[in-house]
Amino acid sequence: MDKDITTSAYLDMELLRFTTAGSVDDGKSTLIGRLLYDSKAIFQDQLDAIEKASIKKGEDYINLALLTDGLRAEREQGITIDVAYRYFNTPKRKFIIADTPGHIQYTRNMVTGASTANVALILVDARHGVIEQTIRHAYIASLLRIPHVIVCVNKMDLVEYSEEVFASIQKRFMDFSTHLDIQDVRFIPISALNGDNVVDRSVKMNWYEGPTLMYLLENIYISNDYNQLDARFPVQYVIRPQSNEYHDYRGYAGRMASGSFKVGDRVRVLPSGFTSVIKTIDLWKESLEQITAPQSAIITLEDDLDISRGCMIVNAENGIQQGQDIDLMICWLGEKPMIPGGKYVVKHTTSDLKCMIKEVKYKVDINTLEKDFENRAIGLNDIGCISIRTTKPLFFDSYRQNRFTGSLVIIDEATNVTVGAGMII
Amino acid sequence: MKHFTINHLRELESESIYVIREVAAQFENPVMLFSGGKDSIIMFHLARKAFFPAKVPFPLMHIDTGHNFPETIEFRDWLANESGAQMVVRNVQDSINSGRAVEETGFTASRNKLQTVTLLDAIEEMKYDCAMGGGRRDEEKARAKERFFSHRDEFGQWDPKNQRPELWNLFNGRKNIGEHFRVFPISNWTEMDVWQYILLENIDIPNLYFSHEREVFERDGILYAKTPFMQIKETEKVEKRIIRFRTIGDATCTGALDSIANSLEDIIREVAATRVTERGGRSDDKRSEAAMEDRKIEGYF
Repeated sequence: MDKDITTSAYLDMELLRFTTAGSVDDGKSTLIGRLLYDSKAIFQDQLDAIEKASIKKGEDYINLALLTDGLRAEREQGITIDVAYRYFNTPKRKFIIADTPGHIQYTRNMVTGASTANVALILVDARHGVIEQTIRHAYIASLLRIPHVIVCVNKMDLVEYSEEVFASIQKRFMDFSTHLDIQDVRFIPISALNGDNVVDRSVKMNWYEGPTLMYLLENIYISNDYNQLDARFPVQYVIRPQSNEYHDYRGYAGRMASGSFKVGDRVRVLPSGFTSVIKTIDLWKESLEQITAPQSAIITLEDDLDISRGCMIVNAENGIQQGQDIDLMICWLGEKPMIPGGKYVVKHTTSDLKCMIKEVKYKVDINTLEKDFENRAIGLNDIGCISIRTTKPLFFDSYRQNRFTGSLVIIDEATNVTVGAGMII
Repeated sequence: MKHFTINHLRELESESIYVIREVAAQFENPVMLFSGGKDSIIMFHLARKAFFPAKVPFPLMHIDTGHNFPETIEFRDWLANESGAQMVVRNVQDSINSGRAVEETGFTASRNKLQTVTLLDAIEEMKYDCAMGGGRRDEEKARAKERFFSHRDEFGQWDPKNQRPELWNLFNGRKNIGEHFRVFPISNWTEMDVWQYILLENIDIPNLYFSHEREVFERDGILYAKTPFMQIKETEKVEKRIIRFRTIGDATCTGALDSIANSLEDIIREVAATRVTERGGRSDDKRSEAAMEDRKIEGYF
């Protein structure tokens, strides 16, 4: 932690969420340990604990990977079970890492970590180059539309810091990623173990003129990551104080999913379609002039309309799609396979409704990225394109346009477990 | 085009408010756990912000070990009065008296673990279907894998291997009868975020957090306050020192630190310079490497 941290500087920091994906043994834990260690997010007692554990395991150096070791169940098996969240900050930004394991249930975990990330770090072992898992990780980053992808070519120390190795991995990645929809991709040659190009520039790779990983994380431009154009405010909760002072107050509490509203803006309320004007935007004891994604506040309107949870307030002239027949890409997270024709619960923004799986159009082979029209059975960790029909109309944007009004989850009615992550096409 | 951006603290605030409102909307009978510590104080502040000008639509509940500092209890009662919130109190002593919990004995005796019994009994008694807690993922490694919405079976237990995936900002609070949820609205906050927010929002906190003189003694490298709840060994020397508390919990497991920080600005400087984690002074976590994991599985906060 920075010793000169002042409150004014602290309040000026942006939040960046990133996810890390890699396969077993490509040094992901070491890289995260290195980021935490070099940004001084590690405390002495944590360091003492891993030093003790390293000695116990008979290792010669402090194993930074142990910093991200979680549950006893995991230590016993030497694996990571679930998404773990880590935090560190530099004077510029606060970082939230969604650290996802690379093996079993990789897709399920990576999709979970990717859903809110600004940046995906994909690790590639310099000795092995682009492998099937790399393709899978890149595909998921593209499917979930993580705005920025940073490919870290790790273990450069084991390939004699060779520029050729780095260049060929870069080329191979670019070749297959032309089939993907990644908006911004960067490559960095690193050695997480030795710290090359992680926080400090490597002296062993003078041929590399780009930024270090930390520099990139601190400076990558993320203000455009939210959709700024389409104002969408899903209503979470209706505020009726029932007190003398606020007798007639009727406010709509929610969090701006995208775009912004100002007091005086003309808005449309869905599903009724009625229009009104924003009277106030309130938060605690202040009145705001404006609300911008991802802020939470309470909106009041000039007109008395029938609005409840599940309604959405949008800008009057900006079209949002609506319908009951919806095509989406689905990532299946449930242990039980998806049942075509089956009925499920859908959660979309703040509304809950039911749906039926009408059709599986195709399944994606996530190793080759080919569409499979023959075998269309969707089971755990599968990705496919499906059509659903909902019991009531849904108000949505395509996921490509809006990560929050374009996403939904599918829930098994019998077990209440979240079994599918859907991205509306 | 220059875009409007919000700083990370306001983004965290918005996220927590969103989560708290989801709880109010998705559950029939939620409760917010209150310990008197800074994390539950800011969580409650966020709840007030989420619903103002309406009142917070759920009660607070304090599981009182009976081993709290008097200042904590005074603060709790003051806050309930000032905010108009309903404060439910359940006592570990009652669980001991009824034989549901057994008091630990010896020098390291603590009621920390017994709280779980009282908490689960209270949830059952009051038929709460969701209990919000001020746990943060940066506190401890078992908490790093916790969801915002954490499902508990009918025994109140947590199964780390079988958690629901949580995507975007879609929180699935559906459950069967008898099951409940634990929800952690400030999951993504760090200790520093909490302090900066207390300063930014001018939130009242108990005086225990500020530097003061107190009778203390040292045990296993941790500085404890002298209280009637702890047996002091003959070899342990009680002395008056200028200290403050970095976390506030049960007096038997909360460590103090030598400090002259008596303003929020001083505390922030001290937290920024410290090289020991917040829970480093908590003997409840030191019992074993997986102490928190074990307690969480059983239904601890």
